[in-house]
Amino acid sequence: MSILINAETRIIVQGFTGRIGTFHAQEMINYGSNIVGGVTPGKGGQQHLGLPIFNTVKEAVHQVGAETSIIFVPPAFAADSIMEASDAGIKYCVAITDGIPTQDMMTVKSYLRRFPKEERMLLTGPNCAGTISPGRSMLGIMPGHIFSQGNVGIIGRSGTLGYEAADQMKILGIGISTSVGIGGDPITGSSYCDILEKFELDSATKIVVMIGEIGGPQEVEAGFFSKNYLSKPLIAYIAGLTAPEGRRMGHAGAIISSAGESAAEKVAILEELNVTICPTPAEMGKTVSEVLAKI
Amino acid sequence: MDIHEYQAKEILAEYGVKIADGGLAHSPEEAVQRAREINCNNWVVKAQIHSGARGKAGGIKICKTHDEVEIAAEELLGKKLVTDQSGPAGKICSSVYVEAGTNITKELYLCFLIDRSSERIVMIGSTQGGIAIEKLAKENPGAIHKIYIEPAVGLQDFQARTMVFALGLESTQLLAHSVKTIRRCYRALRDLDANMLEINPLVVTKNNELIALDAKMSFDENALFRRHKIAELRDKTQGDPREVAAAEHGLSYVGLNGDIGCMINGAGLAMATMDMIKIAGGEPANFLDVGGGASAERTEKAFRLVLADKNVKALLVNIFAGINHCDWIAEGIIQAIKNMDMKIPLVVRLSGTNVDLGRRIIAESNLPIIMANTLADAAEKVVQARNEVVARGY
Repeated sequence: MSILINAETRIIVQGFTGRIGTFHAQEMINYGSNIVGGVTPGKGGQQHLGLPIFNTVKEAVHQVGAETSIIFVPPAFAADSIMEASDAGIKYCVAITDGIPTQDMMTVKSYLRRFPKEERMLLTGPNCAGTISPGRSMLGIMPGHIFSQGNVGIIGRSGTLGYEAADQMKILGIGISTSVGIGGDPITGSSYCDILEKFELDSATKIVVMIGEIGGPQEVEAGFFSKNYLSKPLIAYIAGLTAPEGRRMGHAGAIISSAGESAAEKVAILEELNVTICPTPAEMGKTVSEVLAKI
Repeated sequence: MDIHEYQAKEILAEYGVKIADGGLAHSPEEAVQRAREINCNNWVVKAQIHSGARGKAGGIKICKTHDEVEIAAEELLGKKLVTDQSGPAGKICSSVYVEAGTNITKELYLCFLIDRSSERIVMIGSTQGGIAIEKLAKENPGAIHKIYIEPAVGLQDFQARTMVFALGLESTQLLAHSVKTIRRCYRALRDLDANMLEINPLVVTKNNELIALDAKMSFDENALFRRHKIAELRDKTQGDPREVAAAEHGLSYVGLNGDIGCMINGAGLAMATMDMIKIAGGEPANFLDVGGGASAERTEKAFRLVLADKNVKALLVNIFAGINHCDWIAEGIIQAIKNMDMKIPLVVRLSGTNVDLGRRIIAESNLPIIMANTLADAAEKVVQARNEVVARGY
């Protein structure tokens, strides 16, 4: 099993016919993801990559049973696309787009909260590499071949650091149930906690690795969640030991702006909450294998 | 993106928030001219730099005569001011704001910012204005009032009134005016995609007026595509020149104080690699996310940027190729090195797609490139290379 996506998940691509959308849609199809079409307003009725194009997400939901979407729409229009997906009844959406204005994301989150929880679309990203359930479905821009199938869940903000973790695990023969990128923006669709909740319910996931970084409260919140609700071991690595205060380290959200947001402070709090800390980024695979050996 | 105090005040004034009379000056003569235009008997000359804590650093001067204004402006203009918040390099002061002195009866604190935890705009107020809010939050958190604003409906009058009462502005002359001031500040933040608007202090004058005596605004870089007027307010002289140059090439760079340069793809991996350098006993000279593309041209630009920092004694490249291919990156690195005169040791670690091919290309290039296999190996080798350079007395 896996969380969020599996081999049957019916996926549409929003921003299907653009250069980036086209490239990654083809990569996902090659991986074996069940892409059932795409949305580009004004091009409805045409075909692209051998799949139908729709004018609206609603049409895609009605005509090809789309249940999941991935967004490659440019930043200025991405918030609108996310809300359209949610209104059309999409259950899970990954927003890849980097550069969405923060206030737009505030509006998106407020819009999503209007739906009762059981009907609410789950959003991961924006500014993420996507989600992959290795061997079943890839919903993102990652190199699928570095992820092998297994029983470790990964949640991270960064794309390439997540690849590094998956690669270290693969070398040690450790596989992944699902890897979820929640994105590097200040306001994200889902928090670590939202995804931990899913991993807790997934019988195939034995342990979870959280790849965090400086800035914001989410890693610490995940620590409290793990202490109170998570029955599975949680391992964390927090990037940004050398990051100075008040400076943005690449990701829009990677900035130490208040107390408790530095890597050292986050590590100290997580340790107190019994989260296994991965001491260096070179030991993510090793730490996972040690924890796996104990369960 | 930060802006200057005078720019923030101009914005607030457009939104109907009261500010003291004032004007911008680029020379001492101009400062005196501004003072003449303002009808009052004392003035404040304020250094326009992108930093708080200017007062303590001598960046704000109270003057009683036009001569004093001239002297104050002369002292500040063209100088680098080092404040508690500016970093050790300080910020260059290219203009001063000359403002009418204000008769203050109360100093308050008012701020609006996007709160990541609640994903809402939070309004923060305190009756203890004028001092650093971080300090107050630590020492007397009870003195800070917070009101969260629901984005779908926006700031409501009752919320503004709650803050007004918390700030002790309940007197009948001030109540309506204070509510309006708060609403106008919120409007400015929302309309212009600001991340933060801080008025510290917001003062009550002897004439019972509410005035924004200082103003600080910071804007969402991601929203500048739709805020052209705001984008024009950018002052490149206030940024680290290396960072400004990097931004022009679409590279994300942050200069640090160490001597090991790095070029990495992806922000998270970049931070992690810098952590490894530190763990291995070194100090990174910079953060640099070269992005997904990492073409030969981009690689060369990135190398030149990192090497422009004369402290750099060794360079580490760590690329995890996803969509990209290690062989393309290897070709790019080789071409970049051939185009430039690199005198310091270079450690390269490649992983991901076509890694074996990439490593072979570098090995066969016969260039003095130190290859590393893992993250730990890369960090150890670059620290060792740096130590050897230092031992040779470079």
